[in-house]
Amino acid sequence: MRNYRFKEAVIQKSLAITATLSLLALLGIVLFLFLEGLPLFSHYSFTDFFFGQLWYPTEEPGVFGIFPLFIGSIAVTVLSSAFAIPLGVFTAIYLNEIAHSNTRRIIKPFIELLAALPSVVLGFLGMVLLAPFLQEVFNADTGLNLLNAAIVLTFMSVPTICSISEDALHAVPGSLREGSLALGATRWQTIRRVVLPAALSGIGTAIMLGMSRAIGETMVVLMCAGGAGILPDSLFAPIRPMPASIAAEMAEAPFRSDHYHALFAIGILLFLLTLCFNIIASRIAEKHRQVGTSSL
Amino acid sequence: MSLGKICACAVLSMAVAAPAMASSQIVINGSTTVLPVMQKAGEAFMAAHPDIHLSISGGGSGNGIKALIEGQCAIAMSSRAIQDKESKAAAAKGVTPVATAIAYDAIVPVVHPDNKIKSLTSAQLRDVYAGKIKNWKELGGKDSKIVVISRDTSSGTFECWNELVMKKTRVMPGALMQASNGAVIQAIAKNPNAIGYVGLGYLNKSVHGLTVDGKEPTAANAISKVWPISRELYIYTNGQPQGDVKKLVDYLLDPSKGQKNVAEIGYIPMPTK
Repeated sequence: MRNYRFKEAVIQKSLAITATLSLLALLGIVLFLFLEGLPLFSHYSFTDFFFGQLWYPTEEPGVFGIFPLFIGSIAVTVLSSAFAIPLGVFTAIYLNEIAHSNTRRIIKPFIELLAALPSVVLGFLGMVLLAPFLQEVFNADTGLNLLNAAIVLTFMSVPTICSISEDALHAVPGSLREGSLALGATRWQTIRRVVLPAALSGIGTAIMLGMSRAIGETMVVLMCAGGAGILPDSLFAPIRPMPASIAAEMAEAPFRSDHYHALFAIGILLFLLTLCFNIIASRIAEKHRQVGTSSL
Repeated sequence: MSLGKICACAVLSMAVAAPAMASSQIVINGSTTVLPVMQKAGEAFMAAHPDIHLSISGGGSGNGIKALIEGQCAIAMSSRAIQDKESKAAAAKGVTPVATAIAYDAIVPVVHPDNKIKSLTSAQLRDVYAGKIKNWKELGGKDSKIVVISRDTSSGTFECWNELVMKKTRVMPGALMQASNGAVIQAIAKNPNAIGYVGLGYLNKSVHGLTVDGKEPTAANAISKVWPISRELYIYTNGQPQGDVKKLVDYLLDPSKGQKNVAEIGYIPMPTK
Protein backbone atom coordinates (compact mmCIF):
# COMPACT_ATOMS: atom_id res chain seq x y z
CA MET A 1 0.00 0.00 0.00
CA ARG A 2 2.73 2.42 1.03
CA ASN A 3 4.64 1.41 -2.06
CA TYR A 4 1.73 2.50 -4.27
CA ARG A 5 1.48 5.86 -2.55
CA PHE A 6 5.20 6.36 -3.03
CA LYS A 7 4.95 5.48 -6.70
CA GLU A 8 2.02 7.87 -7.11
CA ALA A 9 4.03 10.69 -5.51
CA VAL A 10 7.03 10.03 -7.74
CA ILE A 11 4.87 10.10 -10.86
CA GLN A 12 3.15 13.30 -9.75
CA LYS A 13 6.43 15.02 -9.01
CA SER A 14 8.08 13.98 -12.25
CA LEU A 15 5.10 15.20 -14.27
CA ALA A 16 5.22 18.51 -12.41
CA ILE A 17 8.94 18.79 -13.11
CA THR A 18 8.38 18.13 -16.82
CA ALA A 19 5.74 20.85 -16.98
CA THR A 20 8.00 23.28 -15.13
CA LEU A 21 10.86 22.49 -17.50
CA SER A 22 8.98 23.69 -20.56
CA LEU A 23 7.96 26.83 -18.69
CA LEU A 24 11.56 27.44 -17.66
CA ALA A 25 12.75 26.88 -21.21
CA LEU A 26 10.26 29.47 -22.48
CA LEU A 27 11.28 31.96 -19.79
CA GLY A 28 14.93 31.37 -20.59
CA ILE A 29 14.40 31.94 -24.30
CA VAL A 30 12.38 35.12 -23.75
CA LEU A 31 14.95 36.44 -21.28
CA PHE A 32 17.77 35.71 -23.72
CA LEU A 33 15.84 37.36 -26.57
CA PHE A 34 15.40 40.57 -24.58
CA LEU A 35 18.94 40.56 -23.19
CA GLU A 36 20.39 40.28 -26.70
CA GLY A 37 17.93 42.62 -28.41
CA LEU A 38 17.54 45.55 -26.04
CA PRO A 39 21.20 46.72 -26.02
CA LEU A 40 20.61 48.15 -29.51
CA PHE A 41 18.36 50.83 -28.06
CA SER A 42 21.06 52.18 -25.74
CA HIS A 43 22.41 54.16 -28.69
CA TYR A 44 19.91 53.65 -31.52
CA SER A 45 16.51 55.26 -31.06
CA PHE A 46 13.44 53.06 -31.25
CA THR A 47 11.81 55.51 -33.70
CA ASP A 48 14.77 55.22 -36.09
CA PHE A 49 14.61 51.45 -35.71
CA PHE A 50 10.89 50.98 -36.23
CA PHE A 51 10.12 53.80 -38.69
CA GLY A 52 13.47 53.82 -40.50
CA GLN A 53 13.14 53.15 -44.24
CA LEU A 54 16.61 51.77 -44.91
CA TRP A 55 18.31 48.57 -43.77
CA TYR A 56 22.09 48.67 -44.29
CA PRO A 57 23.27 46.62 -41.34
CA THR A 58 26.85 46.02 -42.43
CA GLU A 59 27.82 49.64 -42.95
CA GLU A 60 29.84 51.57 -40.37
CA PRO A 61 27.80 52.80 -38.57
CA GLY A 62 24.96 50.43 -39.45
CA VAL A 63 21.54 51.65 -40.57
CA PHE A 64 18.77 49.58 -39.00
CA GLY A 65 15.38 50.77 -40.27
CA ILE A 66 12.93 47.91 -40.25
CA PHE A 67 9.74 49.63 -41.40
CA PRO A 68 9.79 48.04 -44.91
CA LEU A 69 10.52 44.64 -43.34
CA PHE A 70 7.69 45.07 -40.82
CA ILE A 71 5.23 46.13 -43.51
CA GLY A 72 6.45 43.24 -45.66
CA SER A 73 5.62 40.79 -42.87
CA ILE A 74 2.19 42.33 -42.29
CA ALA A 75 1.40 42.44 -46.02
CA VAL A 76 2.30 38.83 -46.67
CA THR A 77 0.39 37.65 -43.58
CA VAL A 78 -2.76 39.63 -44.41
CA LEU A 79 -2.72 38.51 -48.04
CA SER A 80 -2.14 34.85 -47.24
CA SER A 81 -4.90 35.00 -44.60
CA ALA A 82 -7.24 36.44 -47.20
CA PHE A 83 -6.65 33.24 -49.19
CA ALA A 84 -6.30 30.79 -46.34
CA ILE A 85 -9.25 31.72 -44.11
CA PRO A 86 -12.01 31.13 -46.68
CA LEU A 87 -10.24 28.06 -48.06
CA GLY A 88 -9.64 26.54 -44.63
CA VAL A 89 -13.01 27.33 -43.10
CA PHE A 90 -15.06 26.34 -46.15
CA THR A 91 -13.13 23.10 -46.50
CA ALA A 92 -13.85 22.39 -42.84
CA ILE A 93 -17.56 23.11 -43.35
CA TYR A 94 -17.66 20.85 -46.39
CA LEU A 95 -15.87 18.03 -44.62
CA ASN A 96 -17.93 18.15 -41.47
CA GLU A 97 -21.37 19.21 -42.66
CA ILE A 98 -21.75 18.11 -46.25
CA ALA A 99 -19.28 15.42 -47.22
CA HIS A 100 -20.12 11.79 -46.76
CA SER A 101 -18.25 10.35 -43.79
CA ASN A 102 -16.20 8.16 -46.14
CA THR A 103 -15.15 11.17 -48.19
CA ARG A 104 -14.19 12.95 -44.98
CA ARG A 105 -12.19 9.98 -43.82
CA ILE A 106 -10.18 10.11 -47.05
CA ILE A 107 -9.74 13.88 -47.48
CA LYS A 108 -8.96 14.92 -43.94
CA PRO A 109 -5.75 12.92 -43.56
CA PHE A 110 -4.51 14.42 -46.83
CA ILE A 111 -5.09 17.94 -45.59
CA GLU A 112 -3.28 17.09 -42.39
CA LEU A 113 -0.49 15.61 -44.47
CA LEU A 114 -0.14 19.01 -46.14
CA ALA A 115 0.77 20.36 -42.70
CA ALA A 116 3.50 17.76 -42.46
CA LEU A 117 5.29 19.02 -45.59
CA PRO A 118 8.56 20.66 -44.54
CA SER A 119 8.46 24.40 -45.25
CA VAL A 120 11.68 24.18 -47.24
CA VAL A 121 9.94 21.84 -49.70
CA LEU A 122 7.05 24.27 -50.14
CA GLY A 123 9.54 27.12 -50.43
CA PHE A 124 11.41 25.29 -53.14
CA LEU A 125 8.21 24.64 -55.10
CA GLY A 126 7.34 28.33 -54.78
CA MET A 127 10.73 29.33 -56.06
CA VAL A 128 11.06 26.87 -58.93
CA LEU A 129 7.48 26.34 -60.12
CA LEU A 130 5.17 29.08 -58.92
CA ALA A 131 7.49 32.08 -59.34
CA PRO A 132 8.23 31.51 -63.06
CA PHE A 133 4.51 30.84 -63.59
CA LEU A 134 3.50 34.15 -62.00
CA GLN A 135 6.21 35.94 -63.96
CA GLU A 136 4.87 34.48 -67.18
CA VAL A 137 1.14 34.88 -66.58
CA PHE A 138 1.12 38.33 -64.96
CA ASN A 139 4.13 39.65 -66.87
CA ALA A 140 5.67 40.64 -63.53
CA ASP A 141 9.24 41.91 -63.23
CA THR A 142 9.99 39.00 -60.97
CA GLY A 143 8.01 35.99 -59.78
CA LEU A 144 9.70 36.20 -56.40
CA ASN A 145 7.24 38.60 -54.85
CA LEU A 146 4.51 39.30 -52.31
CA LEU A 147 1.86 37.27 -54.14
CA ASN A 148 4.15 34.26 -54.60
CA ALA A 149 5.09 34.14 -50.91
CA ALA A 150 1.46 34.67 -49.85
CA ILE A 151 0.24 31.77 -51.99
CA VAL A 152 2.89 29.42 -50.63
CA LEU A 153 2.14 30.55 -47.06
CA THR A 154 -1.52 29.79 -47.76
CA PHE A 155 -0.58 26.16 -48.22
CA MET A 156 1.02 26.27 -44.80
CA SER A 157 -1.87 27.86 -42.92
CA VAL A 158 -4.79 26.08 -44.62
CA PRO A 159 -4.13 22.73 -42.88
CA THR A 160 -3.95 24.42 -39.46
CA ILE A 161 -7.09 26.48 -40.04
CA CYS A 162 -9.02 23.63 -41.65
CA SER A 163 -8.07 20.96 -39.15
CA ILE A 164 -8.83 23.01 -36.01
CA SER A 165 -12.03 24.48 -37.51
CA GLU A 166 -13.17 21.01 -38.45
CA ASP A 167 -12.62 19.80 -34.89
CA ALA A 168 -14.64 22.77 -33.64
CA LEU A 169 -17.50 22.01 -36.03
CA HIS A 170 -17.35 18.36 -35.10
CA ALA A 171 -17.76 19.27 -31.44
CA VAL A 172 -21.08 21.04 -32.10
CA PRO A 173 -23.71 18.67 -30.71
CA GLY A 174 -25.79 16.87 -33.33
CA SER A 175 -28.95 17.80 -31.43
CA LEU A 176 -28.47 21.44 -32.48
CA ARG A 177 -28.46 20.56 -36.17
CA GLU A 178 -31.39 18.22 -35.78
CA GLY A 179 -33.35 20.85 -33.84
CA SER A 180 -32.70 23.47 -36.49
CA LEU A 181 -33.62 21.16 -39.36
CA ALA A 182 -36.72 20.02 -37.47
CA LEU A 183 -37.86 23.65 -37.25
CA GLY A 184 -37.80 23.81 -41.02
CA ALA A 185 -34.46 25.57 -41.57
CA THR A 186 -32.62 24.60 -44.73
CA ARG A 187 -29.23 22.99 -44.51
CA TRP A 188 -27.46 26.25 -45.42
CA GLN A 189 -29.50 28.18 -42.84
CA THR A 190 -28.57 25.58 -40.26
CA ILE A 191 -24.88 25.85 -41.09
CA ARG A 192 -24.89 29.64 -41.18
CA ARG A 193 -27.15 30.43 -38.23
CA VAL A 194 -26.63 27.53 -35.89
CA VAL A 195 -23.52 25.46 -36.48
CA LEU A 196 -21.08 28.26 -37.38
CA PRO A 197 -21.98 30.50 -34.40
CA ALA A 198 -21.72 27.49 -32.10
CA ALA A 199 -18.23 26.69 -33.42
CA LEU A 200 -17.12 30.32 -33.63
CA SER A 201 -14.60 30.19 -30.81
CA GLY A 202 -12.85 27.18 -32.27
CA ILE A 203 -12.81 28.71 -35.74
CA GLY A 204 -11.46 31.99 -34.34
CA THR A 205 -8.68 30.14 -32.59
CA ALA A 206 -7.94 28.24 -35.80
CA ILE A 207 -7.65 31.46 -37.79
CA MET A 208 -5.37 33.10 -35.25
CA LEU A 209 -3.09 30.06 -35.06
CA GLY A 210 -2.98 29.89 -38.85
CA MET A 211 -2.02 33.57 -39.03
CA SER A 212 0.64 33.27 -36.37
CA ARG A 213 2.09 30.38 -38.33
CA ALA A 214 2.24 32.59 -41.42
CA ILE A 215 3.85 35.57 -39.73
CA GLY A 216 6.58 33.53 -38.08
CA GLU A 217 7.30 31.35 -41.11
CA THR A 218 10.88 31.83 -42.24
CA MET A 219 11.99 29.43 -44.94
CA VAL A 220 9.12 30.19 -47.32
CA VAL A 221 9.53 33.97 -47.17
CA LEU A 222 13.29 33.63 -47.41
CA MET A 223 13.02 31.60 -50.60
CA CYS A 224 9.91 33.01 -52.27
CA ALA A 225 9.43 36.66 -51.34
CA GLY A 226 12.32 38.15 -53.33
CA GLY A 227 14.10 39.81 -50.44
CA ALA A 228 13.95 43.49 -51.40
CA GLY A 229 13.74 45.80 -48.40
CA ILE A 230 11.19 48.16 -49.91
CA LEU A 231 7.59 49.06 -49.15
CA PRO A 232 5.45 46.92 -51.49
CA ASP A 233 3.50 49.06 -54.00
CA SER A 234 1.73 46.18 -55.74
CA LEU A 235 0.98 42.49 -55.38
CA PHE A 236 3.99 41.79 -57.57
CA ALA A 237 6.51 43.81 -55.58
CA PRO A 238 9.36 41.83 -54.04
CA ILE A 239 9.38 42.11 -50.24
CA ARG A 240 11.62 41.11 -47.36
CA PRO A 241 9.63 40.02 -44.31
CA MET A 242 11.32 40.14 -40.90
CA PRO A 243 12.05 36.41 -40.41
CA ALA A 244 13.85 36.32 -43.77
CA SER A 245 16.24 39.03 -42.61
CA ILE A 246 17.01 37.21 -39.40
CA ALA A 247 17.61 33.91 -41.15
CA ALA A 248 19.76 35.35 -43.92
CA GLU A 249 21.93 37.57 -41.76
CA MET A 250 22.28 36.06 -38.30
CA ALA A 251 25.04 33.66 -39.27
CA GLU A 252 27.27 36.42 -40.57
CA ALA A 253 26.56 39.12 -38.03
CA PRO A 254 29.63 39.69 -35.83
CA PHE A 255 28.89 38.51 -32.29
CA ARG A 256 27.33 41.20 -30.03
CA SER A 257 27.68 43.84 -32.74
CA ASP A 258 24.89 46.35 -33.39
CA HIS A 259 23.78 44.22 -36.31
CA TYR A 260 23.50 41.17 -34.04
CA HIS A 261 21.51 43.14 -31.46
CA ALA A 262 19.28 44.60 -34.20
CA LEU A 263 18.42 41.11 -35.48
CA PHE A 264 17.47 40.08 -31.95
CA ALA A 265 15.40 43.26 -31.64
CA ILE A 266 13.50 42.12 -34.75
CA GLY A 267 13.10 38.79 -32.97
CA ILE A 268 11.51 40.58 -29.99
CA LEU A 269 9.07 42.33 -32.32
CA LEU A 270 8.16 39.01 -33.99
CA PHE A 271 7.75 37.38 -30.61
CA LEU A 272 5.39 40.16 -29.46
CA LEU A 273 3.38 39.88 -32.69
CA THR A 274 2.87 36.11 -32.41
CA LEU A 275 2.16 36.55 -28.70
CA CYS A 276 -0.60 39.01 -29.64
CA PHE A 277 -2.10 36.53 -32.10
CA ASN A 278 -2.03 33.77 -29.50
CA ILE A 279 -3.57 35.98 -26.81
CA ILE A 280 -6.34 37.02 -29.21
CA ALA A 281 -6.88 33.33 -30.05
CA SER A 282 -7.25 32.35 -26.43
CA ARG A 283 -9.46 35.38 -25.71
CA ILE A 284 -11.79 34.34 -28.53
CA ALA A 285 -11.81 30.80 -27.20
CA GLU A 286 -12.59 32.14 -23.71
CA LYS A 287 -15.26 34.65 -24.71
CA HIS A 288 -17.33 32.46 -26.96
CA ARG A 289 -16.93 29.30 -24.99
CA GLN A 290 -20.00 27.20 -25.46
CA VAL A 291 -21.15 25.65 -22.22
CA GLY A 292 -23.76 23.06 -23.04
CA THR A 293 -26.42 24.05 -25.55
CA SER A 294 -28.52 26.31 -23.37
CA SER A 295 -26.94 29.63 -24.34
CA LEU A 296 -27.76 29.40 -28.04
CA MET B 1 22.05 -2.96 -6.12
CA SER B 2 22.00 -4.16 -9.68
CA LEU B 3 21.62 -0.59 -10.89
CA GLY B 4 24.70 0.42 -8.95
CA LYS B 5 26.62 -2.38 -10.58
CA ILE B 6 25.58 -1.29 -14.04
CA CYS B 7 26.62 2.28 -13.32
CA ALA B 8 29.96 1.15 -12.00
CA CYS B 9 30.49 -0.97 -15.07
CA ALA B 10 29.63 1.94 -17.37
CA VAL B 11 32.03 4.28 -15.62
CA LEU B 12 34.74 1.67 -15.67
CA SER B 13 34.30 0.86 -19.32
CA MET B 14 34.38 4.55 -20.23
CA ALA B 15 37.58 4.95 -18.27
CA VAL B 16 39.06 2.01 -20.15
CA ALA B 17 37.77 3.17 -23.51
CA ALA B 18 38.98 6.75 -23.12
CA PRO B 19 42.66 6.10 -23.85
CA ALA B 20 41.62 4.07 -26.89
CA MET B 21 39.72 7.09 -28.21
CA ALA B 22 42.60 9.41 -27.43
CA SER B 23 42.65 10.58 -31.03
CA SER B 24 42.55 14.35 -31.13
CA GLN B 25 39.64 16.32 -32.47
CA ILE B 26 39.88 19.50 -34.53
CA VAL B 27 36.77 21.67 -34.51
CA ILE B 28 36.29 23.75 -37.66
CA ASN B 29 33.59 26.36 -38.13
CA GLY B 30 32.82 29.30 -40.39
CA SER B 31 32.11 30.44 -43.93
CA THR B 32 29.78 28.32 -46.00
CA THR B 33 31.80 29.44 -49.03
CA VAL B 34 34.86 27.61 -47.73
CA LEU B 35 32.84 24.74 -46.24
CA PRO B 36 32.61 22.48 -49.34
CA VAL B 37 36.40 22.57 -49.77
CA MET B 38 36.94 21.74 -46.12
CA GLN B 39 34.43 18.88 -46.24
CA LYS B 40 35.94 17.32 -49.33
CA ALA B 41 39.54 17.73 -48.19
CA GLY B 42 38.56 16.77 -44.63
CA GLU B 43 37.24 13.36 -45.67
CA ALA B 44 40.47 12.45 -47.44
CA PHE B 45 42.51 13.91 -44.57
CA MET B 46 40.69 11.79 -41.97
CA ALA B 47 41.18 8.69 -44.11
CA ALA B 48 44.90 9.42 -44.17
CA HIS B 49 45.06 10.28 -40.44
CA PRO B 50 42.66 7.92 -38.60
CA ASP B 51 43.83 9.31 -35.24
CA ILE B 52 42.62 12.83 -36.04
CA HIS B 53 38.91 13.56 -36.09
CA LEU B 54 37.58 16.66 -37.80
CA SER B 55 34.31 18.23 -36.71
CA ILE B 56 33.32 20.58 -39.53
CA SER B 57 30.33 22.91 -39.54
CA GLY B 58 29.30 25.98 -41.50
CA GLY B 59 27.56 29.00 -40.09
CA GLY B 60 29.16 31.95 -41.78
CA SER B 61 32.49 33.74 -41.61
CA GLY B 62 31.32 35.85 -38.67
CA ASN B 63 30.28 32.82 -36.64
CA GLY B 64 33.53 31.03 -37.39
CA ILE B 65 35.70 33.94 -36.28
CA LYS B 66 33.46 34.38 -33.24
CA ALA B 67 33.97 30.71 -32.36
CA LEU B 68 37.74 31.04 -32.79
CA ILE B 69 37.79 34.03 -30.45
CA GLU B 70 35.67 32.17 -27.91
CA GLY B 71 37.96 29.16 -28.13
CA GLN B 72 35.15 26.98 -29.50
CA CYS B 73 37.01 26.00 -32.63
CA ALA B 74 40.62 25.54 -33.70
CA ILE B 75 40.12 26.67 -37.28
CA ALA B 76 37.77 29.37 -38.55
CA MET B 77 36.94 29.39 -42.26
CA SER B 78 36.37 32.86 -43.66
CA SER B 79 35.60 34.36 -47.04
CA ARG B 80 36.77 37.77 -45.87
CA ALA B 81 39.61 39.27 -43.88
CA ILE B 82 38.99 39.71 -40.16
CA GLN B 83 37.25 42.98 -39.20
CA ASP B 84 38.74 45.56 -36.83
CA LYS B 85 36.05 44.90 -34.24
CA GLU B 86 36.80 41.20 -34.33
CA SER B 87 40.56 41.73 -34.01
CA LYS B 88 39.94 43.86 -30.93
CA ALA B 89 37.63 41.24 -29.42
CA ALA B 90 40.29 38.60 -30.12
CA ALA B 91 43.02 40.67 -28.49
CA ALA B 92 40.83 41.14 -25.42
CA LYS B 93 40.53 37.35 -25.11
CA GLY B 94 44.25 36.77 -25.76
CA VAL B 95 43.67 35.15 -29.15
CA THR B 96 45.85 36.01 -32.16
CA PRO B 97 44.01 35.08 -35.35
CA VAL B 98 46.46 34.17 -38.13
CA ALA B 99 45.17 33.98 -41.70
CA THR B 100 46.24 31.38 -44.24
CA ALA B 101 44.88 31.83 -47.77
CA ILE B 102 43.83 28.49 -49.22
CA ALA B 103 42.07 29.41 -52.47
CA TYR B 104 40.90 32.21 -54.75
CA ASP B 105 37.27 32.93 -55.38
CA ALA B 106 36.21 35.13 -58.26
CA ILE B 107 32.78 36.73 -58.39
CA VAL B 108 31.11 36.87 -61.77
CA PRO B 109 28.10 39.01 -62.76
CA VAL B 110 25.55 36.79 -64.50
CA VAL B 111 22.51 37.30 -66.73
CA HIS B 112 19.96 35.06 -68.44
CA PRO B 113 21.47 33.27 -71.48
CA ASP B 114 18.92 35.00 -73.76
CA ASN B 115 20.12 38.45 -72.71
CA LYS B 116 21.85 40.28 -75.58
CA ILE B 117 24.20 42.07 -73.17
CA LYS B 118 27.38 40.03 -72.78
CA SER B 119 29.77 42.62 -71.44
CA LEU B 120 29.63 45.55 -69.00
CA THR B 121 32.07 47.91 -67.35
CA SER B 122 32.59 48.15 -63.58
CA ALA B 123 31.02 51.61 -63.66
CA GLN B 124 27.92 50.29 -65.44
CA LEU B 125 27.60 47.45 -62.93
CA ARG B 126 27.86 49.95 -60.09
CA ASP B 127 25.16 52.17 -61.60
CA VAL B 128 22.84 49.21 -62.17
CA TYR B 129 23.22 48.07 -58.56
CA ALA B 130 22.88 51.61 -57.23
CA GLY B 131 19.60 51.96 -59.12
CA LYS B 132 20.85 54.71 -61.45
CA ILE B 133 20.49 52.55 -64.55
CA LYS B 134 17.04 51.00 -64.47
CA ASN B 135 16.41 49.73 -68.00
CA TRP B 136 18.36 47.32 -70.23
CA LYS B 137 17.80 49.87 -73.02
CA GLU B 138 20.31 52.21 -71.33
CA LEU B 139 22.96 49.50 -71.68
CA GLY B 140 22.12 48.75 -75.31
CA GLY B 141 19.70 45.94 -74.65
CA LYS B 142 15.94 45.58 -75.10
CA ASP B 143 13.43 47.91 -73.50
CA SER B 144 12.65 46.25 -70.18
CA LYS B 145 13.24 46.91 -66.52
CA ILE B 146 16.41 45.49 -64.97
CA VAL B 147 15.66 43.12 -62.11
CA VAL B 148 18.64 43.50 -59.80
CA ILE B 149 19.52 40.42 -57.74
CA SER B 150 22.04 40.62 -54.95
CA ARG B 151 23.24 38.43 -52.07
CA ASP B 152 22.04 39.31 -48.59
CA THR B 153 24.06 42.06 -46.96
CA SER B 154 25.92 39.88 -44.48
CA SER B 155 27.26 37.28 -46.89
CA GLY B 156 30.95 37.31 -47.71
CA THR B 157 30.02 37.42 -51.39
CA PHE B 158 28.02 40.63 -50.91
CA GLU B 159 30.85 42.17 -48.93
CA CYS B 160 33.30 41.38 -51.70
CA TRP B 161 30.93 42.81 -54.33
CA ASN B 162 30.27 45.88 -52.20
CA GLU B 163 33.96 46.53 -51.78
CA LEU B 164 35.23 45.74 -55.27
CA VAL B 165 32.32 46.89 -57.43
CA MET B 166 30.17 49.30 -55.43
CA LYS B 167 33.08 51.18 -53.82
CA LYS B 168 31.08 52.90 -51.06
CA THR B 169 27.97 53.37 -53.20
CA ARG B 170 24.95 51.67 -51.66
CA VAL B 171 23.23 48.75 -53.35
CA MET B 172 19.68 50.04 -53.80
CA PRO B 173 17.05 48.83 -51.30
CA GLY B 174 14.92 47.49 -54.17
CA ALA B 175 17.50 44.82 -55.06
CA LEU B 176 16.31 41.25 -54.52
CA MET B 177 18.42 39.77 -51.76
CA GLN B 178 18.96 36.03 -52.15
CA ALA B 179 20.41 33.87 -49.41
CA SER B 180 22.74 31.65 -51.46
CA ASN B 181 24.67 31.36 -54.72
CA GLY B 182 22.25 28.61 -55.73
CA ALA B 183 19.23 30.84 -55.16
CA VAL B 184 20.79 33.58 -57.32
CA ILE B 185 21.43 31.12 -60.18
CA GLN B 186 17.89 29.81 -59.85
CA ALA B 187 16.39 33.31 -59.97
CA ILE B 188 18.50 34.41 -62.95
CA ALA B 189 17.87 31.22 -64.93
CA LYS B 190 14.11 31.83 -64.65
CA ASN B 191 14.16 35.55 -65.40
CA PRO B 192 15.34 37.05 -68.72
CA ASN B 193 15.44 40.57 -67.22
CA ALA B 194 17.56 39.76 -64.20
CA ILE B 195 21.19 40.41 -63.37
CA GLY B 196 23.02 38.89 -60.41
CA TYR B 197 26.45 37.76 -59.27
CA VAL B 198 27.84 34.41 -58.09
CA GLY B 199 31.14 32.76 -57.23
CA LEU B 200 33.05 31.53 -60.30
CA GLY B 201 32.64 27.93 -59.10
CA TYR B 202 28.85 28.19 -59.29
CA LEU B 203 28.77 29.34 -62.89
CA ASN B 204 26.81 26.87 -65.02
CA LYS B 205 25.04 26.68 -68.36
CA SER B 206 21.70 27.97 -67.05
CA VAL B 207 23.18 31.47 -66.76
CA HIS B 208 25.67 33.56 -68.73
CA GLY B 209 28.75 35.10 -67.08
CA LEU B 210 29.48 38.65 -68.25
CA THR B 211 32.90 39.98 -69.13
CA VAL B 212 33.80 43.01 -67.02
CA ASP B 213 35.93 45.84 -68.37
CA GLY B 214 36.68 43.52 -71.30
CA LYS B 215 38.20 40.85 -69.03
CA GLU B 216 37.09 37.22 -69.16
CA PRO B 217 36.10 35.56 -65.88
CA THR B 218 38.77 32.86 -65.78
CA ALA B 219 40.89 31.31 -63.08
CA ALA B 220 44.13 32.74 -64.46
CA ASN B 221 42.67 36.25 -64.56
CA ALA B 222 41.46 35.89 -60.97
CA ILE B 223 44.87 34.89 -59.62
CA SER B 224 46.68 37.65 -61.46
CA LYS B 225 43.99 40.07 -60.20
CA VAL B 226 43.29 41.08 -63.81
CA TRP B 227 39.71 40.06 -63.13
CA PRO B 228 38.43 43.01 -61.11
CA ILE B 229 36.22 41.04 -58.73
CA SER B 230 38.32 38.35 -57.08
CA ARG B 231 39.21 37.58 -53.48
CA GLU B 232 41.11 35.09 -51.36
CA LEU B 233 39.50 32.49 -49.10
CA TYR B 234 41.09 32.08 -45.70
CA ILE B 235 41.34 29.83 -42.73
CA TYR B 236 42.11 31.46 -39.40
CA THR B 237 43.99 29.78 -36.57
CA ASN B 238 44.99 31.02 -33.12
CA GLY B 239 48.67 31.75 -33.68
CA GLN B 240 50.66 29.88 -36.34
CA PRO B 241 49.17 26.43 -37.03
CA GLN B 242 50.79 23.76 -34.87
CA GLY B 243 50.60 20.00 -34.37
CA ASP B 244 47.55 18.34 -35.89
CA VAL B 245 46.18 21.66 -37.10
CA LYS B 246 49.40 22.24 -39.00
CA LYS B 247 49.07 18.79 -40.60
CA LEU B 248 45.62 19.79 -41.85
CA VAL B 249 46.78 23.18 -43.12
CA ASP B 250 49.70 21.56 -44.95
CA TYR B 251 47.28 19.04 -46.42
CA LEU B 252 44.99 21.83 -47.67
CA LEU B 253 47.88 23.68 -49.30
CA ASP B 254 49.38 20.56 -50.92
CA PRO B 255 48.95 20.95 -54.70
CA SER B 256 48.34 17.21 -55.13
CA LYS B 257 45.85 16.94 -52.24
CA GLY B 258 43.81 19.81 -50.77
CA GLN B 259 44.34 22.15 -53.69
CA LYS B 260 42.89 19.46 -56.00
CA ASN B 261 39.72 19.57 -53.91
CA VAL B 262 39.71 23.35 -54.22
CA ALA B 263 39.59 23.02 -58.00
CA GLU B 264 36.95 20.27 -57.84
CA ILE B 265 34.63 22.53 -55.86
CA GLY B 266 35.00 25.28 -58.46
CA TYR B 267 37.39 27.67 -56.76
CA ILE B 268 40.84 28.54 -57.97
CA PRO B 269 43.83 26.79 -56.37
CA MET B 270 46.68 28.83 -54.92
CA PRO B 271 49.43 29.38 -57.51
CA THR B 272 52.40 27.08 -56.93
CA LYS B 273 55.41 29.00 -55.77
